[in-house]
Amino acid sequence: MSFELSSEQLVWAEEEDPQEHLLLDPRPPEEMNRMILEAMSRTGPRFWIGVGILGVLILVGLVGAWGYQIVTGMGVAGIRRPVYWGVYIANFVFWIGISHSGTFVSAILRVFKAEFRRPITRASEMMTTFALIVAGMYPLIHLGRTWRFYWMVPYPNQRQLWPNFHSPLVWDMMAIFTYLIGSTLYLYLPLIPDMAMARDRTTGWRYRLYRLLALGWRGTEAEWHHLKTAITIFAFAIIPVMFSVHTIVSWDFGMTMKVGWHSSIFGPYFVTGAIFSGVSAVATVLLVVRKAMKLEYFLRAEHFDSIGKLILVFSFAWTYFFFADYLTEWYGGEAVGKELLTLQARGPVAPLWYIMLVTNILIPWLTLWNRKVRRSFWGLLLVTLGVNVGMYIERYIIVTGFLTRNRLPFDWGVYSPSLVEILISIGSLSTFIFLYAVASRLIPLVPIWEVREGQITHSLRRIGRALVPTVTELE
Amino acid sequence: MSEHEGHRWTMVIDLDKCTGCQACVVACHAENNVPVVGEDEVRMGRAMHWLRVERYWEGEYPNVRARFIPIMCQQCENAPCEPVCPVFATYHSQVENLNVQVYNRCIGTRYCANNCPYIARTFNWFDYEFPEPLNEQLNPDVTVRRRGIMEKCTFCIQRIHRAEEAADAEGRAIRDGEVQPACAQSCPTEAMVFGDLSDPKSRVSSLVHSRRSFRLLEELGTEPAVIYLKGGQVHVV
Repeated sequence: MSFELSSEQLVWAEEEDPQEHLLLDPRPPEEMNRMILEAMSRTGPRFWIGVGILGVLILVGLVGAWGYQIVTGMGVAGIRRPVYWGVYIANFVFWIGISHSGTFVSAILRVFKAEFRRPITRASEMMTTFALIVAGMYPLIHLGRTWRFYWMVPYPNQRQLWPNFHSPLVWDMMAIFTYLIGSTLYLYLPLIPDMAMARDRTTGWRYRLYRLLALGWRGTEAEWHHLKTAITIFAFAIIPVMFSVHTIVSWDFGMTMKVGWHSSIFGPYFVTGAIFSGVSAVATVLLVVRKAMKLEYFLRAEHFDSIGKLILVFSFAWTYFFFADYLTEWYGGEAVGKELLTLQARGPVAPLWYIMLVTNILIPWLTLWNRKVRRSFWGLLLVTLGVNVGMYIERYIIVTGFLTRNRLPFDWGVYSPSLVEILISIGSLSTFIFLYAVASRLIPLVPIWEVREGQITHSLRRIGRALVPTVTELE
Repeated sequence: MSEHEGHRWTMVIDLDKCTGCQACVVACHAENNVPVVGEDEVRMGRAMHWLRVERYWEGEYPNVRARFIPIMCQQCENAPCEPVCPVFATYHSQVENLNVQVYNRCIGTRYCANNCPYIARTFNWFDYEFPEPLNEQLNPDVTVRRRGIMEKCTFCIQRIHRAEEAADAEGRAIRDGEVQPACAQSCPTEAMVFGDLSDPKSRVSSLVHSRRSFRLLEELGTEPAVIYLKGGQVHVV
């Protein structure tokens, strides 16, 4: 970039160097395309070894352990009376939470025209889709008779029975299917121009794959117009779907008569927790991807800075709901409710509970206000990993901890996960990483056209002696 | 069928008479083909009892006394387990006016068990064996359940059906006391009384008017069909 005046003579409108901003630091389109395509084709031995290890873990967990459980019975899991739901449901809620990342970062920030979203939308939308695939396995894994899962699907059958639409589990299944289909389409739509870009610059099997996925995209004015309209519709439509999904997941608990679960605050509490954990996971994944795929040009400190602020805001929001839920239970004074609070403060789950308070409240509050932490690799990585550990604990306590206490003290119980449950959990985590790793070599992780669009609309204007970043409205 | 409609099968359990002997638990296992899971699994919390005698200690040592309360499925009129089942495996039978579990329909979400405030439901964690000679005494009137499904007390519905058929064949109504679930039949102190609450002359109808009668966790509004007679304070019915 060349300016008429040298930089000493000018006063920056903001303190930082505008060249730090991706949108004010454009490079020739071909160079950006090349950077992305190179990142996609970079598959060294380390990549294949990693993918191979993940494949083995998936086989052990999802074929070995799950197969063993199907053949032998649910007894191989650690669940027992009265804890009929264990880590499978905790994992389910956790992965549904992770899936909120994509929609929140991509759709909500797109609707509100937050410009820092541009290079990170694709990476977070991919997380949504893959996390939903992993989450969707858990209701099946946890079924006593997995081979009869399709009885929950409404279809005409010889039993002449519909599913019970009163059951939150049926709502759950419908919400997740809607979200999976919606978010996959929402991932795919903005991908079309990038697929066409890749199609025009690759050969062999990649060319054939991208030609198929690009749907004959040529980049005409009409095509762009249709695409933009479709993306806008999806961005608006997927937001209520996102809210509905985690609300309904929370209703699996909220609609019951169990003390601790039966709470009207669970809907917003779970949605907030889901976004908190989902946005943190986006930061974690982006940090890893940036290092591993050498995307330093696209993913910059400014983006992590903004995500860090978002995480801090959601830490506040989550704490608010957590506190409101806790306080209500405490003042309610019901014997079982008090017992649940004692369980968390001094019972067997107490160590986990305190870890959760530290990772979800103390650490984000003490660190994320600091610009340096938000912009540092290790700082943000550790904070965001911590948040997801804490959010997992939250779900673990709500599901397995609360089930150990009920209204008849004779029937109180204990729970600890078995080896099979742990292997399946590791297998599903590996599935997520495996899908993401493979997809990162097939799909451009940064939506180049969105970045270019941003770079075209952003420029520096001189007002007096000051250089001011300006945005041109395209619509 | 019309003459059976309106039966309101009810169990009255007099806690003053319960000695905690567990004969009812054994009888239930025998009648309903409930598997015996073994010590290790029981220690895990996987006992399959459809009926359990809960024991609570009262007072400080040395002035302690044990209180017993047998708890089985309460056959709620307004059962929390029913609406949460996604496949109608547990539902309210209009004919028997009972809360029934259809084993073949169950897919094992265990949601009903989580929502039962009485923790009355048990789950088939494995395929259980009935080793020799236990297999010889399996009740042919009761399905043997396989792994992955829920089950619970049925009020010995097979006995209700048999009594109904006998009454039908003789063209009369069921007599009071004709239907006895295995637990009530085996109770040495006759703490358990089973009968039809809609029949004003039945024994249960007279017992429920006792000042000692209460229903377990009544405040939840589940309207159980099991009615307890409070023990401990009053010694005259």
